[in-house]
Amino acid sequence: MPEVIEVHPITRLEGHGKIEIILNDAGDVDRAYLSVPELRGFEIFAKGRPAEIMPQLTARICGVCPTAHHTAAAKALDDLYGVTPPPAARKIRELLYNMFMFEDHLLHIYILGGPDFIVGPDAPKALRNVVGVIQKVGIEIGTRLIAMRRQVRELMTLLAGKVIHPVLNLPGGVARGIHEEEREQFVTVAQQAVDFARFTLDTFRTVVLKNSEYLELILSDIYRHDTYYVGLVDDQNKVNFYDGRIRVVNPEGREFLKFPVQEYQDHLAEHVEPWTYVKFLFLKQVGWKGFADGMDSGIYAVAPVARLNVADSMATPEAQAAYEEYVNTLGGKPVHLTLAMHWARVVEVIQAAEAFLQLAQDEEICSDRLRTPIGEPRGVGIGVVEAPRGTLIHHYETDEKGLITRANLLVATQNNAARIAMSVDKAARMLVHNGKIGEDLLNKVEMAFRAYDPCFACATHALPGSVPLEAVVRNAAGEVVERVRNFE
Amino acid sequence: MKKKVAFYWCASCGGCEEAVVDLAEFLLDALEQIEIVFWPVAMDFKIEDVEQLTDGEIFASFINGAVLLSDQEEVVRLLRRKSQVVVAFGSCSHQGGVPGLINTHDRQDVFDYYYHNGPTVQRNGNEMPTPTGAKAFHVALPEYYGKARPLNQVIEVDYYIPGCAPPPNVVKDALLQLLSDSPPPRGTVLAGAHSLCSECPLNETKPPEGFKIKQFVRPSQVTHIDPDTCLLMQGLPCLGPVTRSGCNALCIKGHMPCTGCFGPLDGVRDFGAAALSFLASLIDSNDEAEIQRIIDEGLPDPLGTFYMYSFPGSLLNEVLQKGRQKARAWREREETVEAQTTENQ
Repeated sequence: MPEVIEVHPITRLEGHGKIEIILNDAGDVDRAYLSVPELRGFEIFAKGRPAEIMPQLTARICGVCPTAHHTAAAKALDDLYGVTPPPAARKIRELLYNMFMFEDHLLHIYILGGPDFIVGPDAPKALRNVVGVIQKVGIEIGTRLIAMRRQVRELMTLLAGKVIHPVLNLPGGVARGIHEEEREQFVTVAQQAVDFARFTLDTFRTVVLKNSEYLELILSDIYRHDTYYVGLVDDQNKVNFYDGRIRVVNPEGREFLKFPVQEYQDHLAEHVEPWTYVKFLFLKQVGWKGFADGMDSGIYAVAPVARLNVADSMATPEAQAAYEEYVNTLGGKPVHLTLAMHWARVVEVIQAAEAFLQLAQDEEICSDRLRTPIGEPRGVGIGVVEAPRGTLIHHYETDEKGLITRANLLVATQNNAARIAMSVDKAARMLVHNGKIGEDLLNKVEMAFRAYDPCFACATHALPGSVPLEAVVRNAAGEVVERVRNFE
Repeated sequence: MKKKVAFYWCASCGGCEEAVVDLAEFLLDALEQIEIVFWPVAMDFKIEDVEQLTDGEIFASFINGAVLLSDQEEVVRLLRRKSQVVVAFGSCSHQGGVPGLINTHDRQDVFDYYYHNGPTVQRNGNEMPTPTGAKAFHVALPEYYGKARPLNQVIEVDYYIPGCAPPPNVVKDALLQLLSDSPPPRGTVLAGAHSLCSECPLNETKPPEGFKIKQFVRPSQVTHIDPDTCLLMQGLPCLGPVTRSGCNALCIKGHMPCTGCFGPLDGVRDFGAAALSFLASLIDSNDEAEIQRIIDEGLPDPLGTFYMYSFPGSLLNEVLQKGRQKARAWREREETVEAQTTENQ
């Protein structure tokens, strides 16, 4: 008679994410599930809408990463109309995008994932949140973080109309340009961003890397999966958030595929399970072999660790130095360690800040050549970006008037969904024995999925210090046998 | 004593949560006056903690997102009981929001496409996620209804903060008004009282009385939007004249037309109908075929244009849902008759 342990973030009440651990008769883990009870049907109600509204409409999928959807949609429209934005427009889009990567990653580093390391996985639960982080790094730094994010987001508002649901991008370019005096503001804030990124790396070094216990945890087998990795690279195989070709490396780190996003249907497919509304992406040529890692399973990962695995190098100098330190410390590529995600995210913050500064210093962004005229729609348009949480693909088909007839959206967390499910399953199996829930189970399981910065309902990463979890052990009659929670 | 405040989300994108975070330093200052007793996204308090409060103990609950699931309905009813004031926060809670466009589709369409017919789906027989199917794996999956409702269709609402998402200045002003000694009358939409044009930097260049146009243009079809001239004068379907002010014309400062996320002015029941009738009044023609052509070319998606944020709360939605009910009842009756005929034979 199986016992069921439900581990669910309190946010699951609104249908966000939920873990269920099934015990066998011996009280060991039979299987752990991460289910996502959410479905809003964007592809369905996109039908009949004019293609050019997609950058605004699909931004509403996620209020935390609206810029990712906004930009992927615009690139799909460029493809739909067969146009290339003028150089200034492309740079303005990239400027907005790097600012977004910077502030969004900071949110995870300091407020969501960070508390596990900055405050520590064994710290009192009441402190394992942003308040604890501020206590640890000092109120001055806490205030600086809040001001940094606000300044960047205010400039994003200036450029994109709104930061929560931008209106900047259109097929063939952008709606608004940048005046010279505005550009100076961008440069000033970008310089502060680069400083803040350096400070973040220093903090990570001091707090995490100099602590052998933390390093051991990062290297632990509980948080390791040898899978394929997917991400965008530029023509020199450098990490690029805005554009490039999709590169796939195998679990040994060798290039397996490299293709333009227009061919994504040849390489990626979605698997359906009856216990979750999320579909699991996998590599078509390897095939779906269940929730397993290794060369023979088509499961792959995206997001920071994956991006750093698929690329040969970073695109900016200071990020490159940080990347080399990361790879060398972790014993070379590919890095299969889920918790290394936090470190990889810091490396990416540096690249985003450096790119932000480079683009702000480029006088061409003040050009008034912002749009390439569009002609008739060509029927199909496909676009891709690297969202903070991984590769994001928008695919639209339209009629001759440019009205959507079919849409397909492959979102970042969907790429990671199978690996996240495995991570949760493995952590549970290694931590739960004889029906006993280890004291640290809840946070250890939390850490297995939090590292991915998963975007189940997009909202789960707005501000929580720690995701409040409750584990309920039930017998087959549904009676609660034991209840453990990580909050009072 | 500090006033107790709760934040809660229903079916939302998380943008309204970010809107609160975007208060930045102001939020830290506000904590001198308010005590947050429930905020699932940010704090560890649970439903049980809310249940333990006395009725009316919470000063104000700010609820965002449309209501899509039964458990969301239970929580908002609980918050209503515990709160002196309930505020619908953001477009979805105020009017149903963008995800409310799903109300025009059948639930089955969503499932067939997502799990069987989508371009990248590797179909696994007839398998699709269902609460019953999930049960076999000991996983409890909630039922998906596929109909979004604004908050005031579920509980009584005292105030509204409009916007998708509400910008920081609007949220800040609303908080200050609610916390003041003389709060505004119940039912108030806590934003501007006039149309967006009143605060639009292009208002000086607005069309003269009797202005008519022969063509609406889609923003993608013009390569340059003149940032110094009213967008309506340029043929762009800007909904500013029928939309409530308060955002300081953010989208227009981004050189894009207003799409109406702040909803209607006081006294207007159906935003989409007001928007439609406003733009229709600008059309310079009495010829039906010509009017049709102007609409087809410039406004090819009336539903999405006029009801982008407000469909679930609209009269049109009521008509649609009633029609569907009737059709269902009719179908059932037909089936019963058919079954009886077969039986009699």
